[in-house]
Amino acid sequence: MKWDISQMGSWTYKQFPPGAVIPEAGNSDDYVTGGWRSERPWRNDEKCTQCLLCWIVCPDSSIRVADEKVTTFDLEHCKGCGICAQVCPVDAIDMVPEGCDLPEVK
Amino acid sequence: MPTHKTLAATGNSVVAEAMRQCAPDVMAAYPITPQTTIVEEFAGFVAKGRVHTEYVTVESEHSAMSACVGASAAGARVMTATSSQGLALMWEELHIASGMRLPIVMANANRAISAPINIHCDHSDIMGARDSGWVTYFAETAQEAYDNTIMAVRVAEHSDVMLPVMTCLDGFITTHSIDRVSVMDDESVAGFVGSYKPKNALLDTDAPVLHGAFAGLGGPYFEFKKQQRVAIENARAVIKSVGEEYSALSGRPFDVVETWGMEDAETAIVVIGSTAGNARHVARDLRAKGQKVGIVKIRVWRPFPYAELASVLKGLKAVAVLDRAESFGAEGGPLYLEVRSALYDAETRVPVVGYIYGLGGADVKLELMEKVYSDLSDIAAGTAAPAGLVYLGAREEA
Ligand code: SF4
Ligand code: SF4
Repeated sequence: MKWDISQMGSWTYKQFPPGAVIPEAGNSDDYVTGGWRSERPWRNDEKCTQCLLCWIVCPDSSIRVADEKVTTFDLEHCKGCGICAQVCPVDAIDMVPEGCDLPEVK
Repeated sequence: MPTHKTLAATGNSVVAEAMRQCAPDVMAAYPITPQTTIVEEFAGFVAKGRVHTEYVTVESEHSAMSACVGASAAGARVMTATSSQGLALMWEELHIASGMRLPIVMANANRAISAPINIHCDHSDIMGARDSGWVTYFAETAQEAYDNTIMAVRVAEHSDVMLPVMTCLDGFITTHSIDRVSVMDDESVAGFVGSYKPKNALLDTDAPVLHGAFAGLGGPYFEFKKQQRVAIENARAVIKSVGEEYSALSGRPFDVVETWGMEDAETAIVVIGSTAGNARHVARDLRAKGQKVGIVKIRVWRPFPYAELASVLKGLKAVAVLDRAESFGAEGGPLYLEVRSALYDAETRVPVVGYIYGLGGADVKLELMEKVYSDLSDIAAGTAAPAGLVYLGAREEA
């Protein structure tokens, strides 16, 4: 059965799949969850050795990688937990309060 | 027909045996007194290769039920066991298991809830989890604990139900006392429970599904709760048909409400769990002296058997309800409230007296049962019922 979510408003209790199971794959891309962050990560690309350790540990899969190199932070989902900054062996990541200007690259 | 083996075994031991015979794919468990020996024995079965279950040791009951929820959503047959504070710690996960319609089977060794600290039997734990949407069986004996565990799997996994099922047994009294138990052979139990075919398994990558979706304001949360209500009502018929099938296999009777002496009884005690044995013992003696007394034992607590109770209790001269749990600030214990409710629509109003007994493992002496029956015969003879709720056997001022 295909779950046409647009029709949900008119369904009776009998029409919903039991247990609120949606017979489609879910995708967190559809839900922006970075909104409650108070700090965000900022990476000094000159220091970064591209060891990818931060990418491995990020609990929100919010560190994007292209061509085996870290690129940007996915700030729509990053919660600002700071784990990436903690693990970085060369201190390339700083946690910066939301709303502040980003540090200048030295 | 199955071959039967008679064991001298504790309730916990035969629950572990029943679980092994039902062969869950996953068991996640945390040991808590007096449940501990269930999961210990089960762990032993896993270690010896007597069951091929993924046994997950966790750091709390909250995690145990979380792991069970995850494994069940993934598509596994899942079991666990708990007790008391452990059940309380599972509270939010209990609702998630039933709300996600996951057929997890859990044994609960009934035990008091702190404070003060107490590890002995009463029903405060399950009564606290009463409204979490789990089908709930109670056992009087180790035999019933074994039987309930096996039936629970079929009820939980039935397509009209798809709800978690809890099987309760009285802490220490049933969990730890050695009893005579008849156990079926593995093949018969395996044949009875069958294999589990999950409908919407998260691990089925050919048909991806999403579990645990949001259904907030304006969303269908309300409708999902209605579905749960329908599912637990459906369980009434499923419990009966599974019970009949199990009776035919095991040769042991099963009913949601089990009666003794009720054919011509004038007064009766309504009771849950192991105390039914004491009550029956006293009732037998009184019967021998010519008193028309009966016992009504509730074997399935959720869904509550309102119709069955009304039909066995109507026309009696007095009924006593024994509660092994408090419902502070209410008119009486949880069972008392249900029994009164069951009788509300009866043509004649049967006087119902509520007793709270045995909290925290307080002794349930035969004299106490005799006192209940003598109160009942006073009421039947026209004397006023004891005023308010009676704390049966609590030390009070004379
Ligand atoms: S702050 Fe936390 S969530 Fe954000 S990128 Fe770093 S590890 Fe990931
Ligand atoms: S952990 Fe540090 S050095 Fe390694 S990739 Fe991440 S930012 Fe670069």
